[in-house]
Amino acid sequence: MYTQGLDQAEPLGDEDLSRLSERFEAKVAAEDKVEPTDWMPDAYRTLLVRQIAQHAHSEIVGMLPEGNWLSRAPSLRRKGILLAKVQDEAGHGLYLYCAAETLGISRDEMVEQLLAGTAKYSSIFNYPTLTWADCGAIGWLVDGAAIMNQVPLCRCSYGPYARAMVRICREESFHQRQGFEIMTVLSQGTPEQKAMAQDALDRWWWPSLMMFGPPDAQSTHNDRSMRWKVKRFTNDELRQKFVDMTVPQAHFLGLTVPDPDLSYNGEHWVFGEPDWSEFKRVLSGDGPCNRERLAARNKAHDDGAWVREAAVAHAEKKRSRERVA
Amino acid sequence: MNASPEPGQRSTWPLWEVFVRSRSGLAHQHVGSLHAVDAEMAIANARDVYTRRGEGASLWVVPATSIVASDPDDKESFFGLDEEFRHPSHYVVPDGVVGI
Ligand SMILES: [Fe+2]
Ligand SMILES: [Fe+2]
Repeated sequence: MYTQGLDQAEPLGDEDLSRLSERFEAKVAAEDKVEPTDWMPDAYRTLLVRQIAQHAHSEIVGMLPEGNWLSRAPSLRRKGILLAKVQDEAGHGLYLYCAAETLGISRDEMVEQLLAGTAKYSSIFNYPTLTWADCGAIGWLVDGAAIMNQVPLCRCSYGPYARAMVRICREESFHQRQGFEIMTVLSQGTPEQKAMAQDALDRWWWPSLMMFGPPDAQSTHNDRSMRWKVKRFTNDELRQKFVDMTVPQAHFLGLTVPDPDLSYNGEHWVFGEPDWSEFKRVLSGDGPCNRERLAARNKAHDDGAWVREAAVAHAEKKRSRERVA
Repeated sequence: MNASPEPGQRSTWPLWEVFVRSRSGLAHQHVGSLHAVDAEMAIANARDVYTRRGEGASLWVVPATSIVASDPDDKESFFGLDEEFRHPSHYVVPDGVVGI
């Protein structure tokens, strides 16, 4: 229903436009929510379409690194948990595609952009899952960072996005806990298992810090995004919160955070600078697994074509039978 | 919806709005939407997408095109009745009077 009425019937005059835009700014400043059929500036719509679509793509591509371990999980319980988690991520992608569709873009358009490689998704999913401990590190760190990012989005000014985020956040804490449980078991296991946990932390730590995006001084859309209450905290603020939360957890595990500059200043954990050139490289398509991820999504889409075609044909046949009867 | 898509061309499946009754005694509530070729697939997908943790005792799926909505541009004139006297807070109950 939301996609109806989005085509502007007649162009608005300058006077109307400035009146509408004033009202919009006042409404957002007052913490009122924007709903799909409300008037909104084109730039607000564009910003949200881009952010929600990227978010949806990240959930979908995010299934791949852990999907790699579904057939090799170390026990039936772990396999059930991992399946449930990966299924949740598919669900998150679907909630978000729906939210983006309320802004007038179609699902097919977004999927096409992802498959063509023209859409962005979180840089973190372009790293490989080499051992079982990586599934622990992903749940603990990657889902942990996602929660940090997503909880403030539950108060986002755009209603459908905020509502999708409420559902997602409710499901994320299970993801983080199952990951931390894997890390706990490995850290308290044999020396080889503990080494495996340490190795996973070594490889996932910095990419997890990069999940919050470039440093504030370099990030372009921050101001507008904050004014329109899409973002509530800056990248650096969220990164700091994440480090403050995670370092004591690493200590509990008896693991070492791979940062020689890490120190406590009595209030916060001060940390070193992530390698931003690596971040840029991975984001622009040249990370360790970018090509593999894109190829896997395309293969899944192509392999599923006959299922989609059969579903349409079946529905059509049923309808024509009903018409005859 | 188009019957069978041209090879290589994607056709968008109809949009369905999903409503969940979380337990007996409560009303169905809108939770989101999804795409499906028909009602049967919409119900099956709604279960998988919106009720993975026993959130539902009953599901409704409604073709989005069947929903008739009020005109968003008329919001103010349509809902903007200023009749405070319809609310109990409009009335002053004299001191000492109880039960009203
Ligand atoms: Fe997720
Ligand atoms: Fe997750």
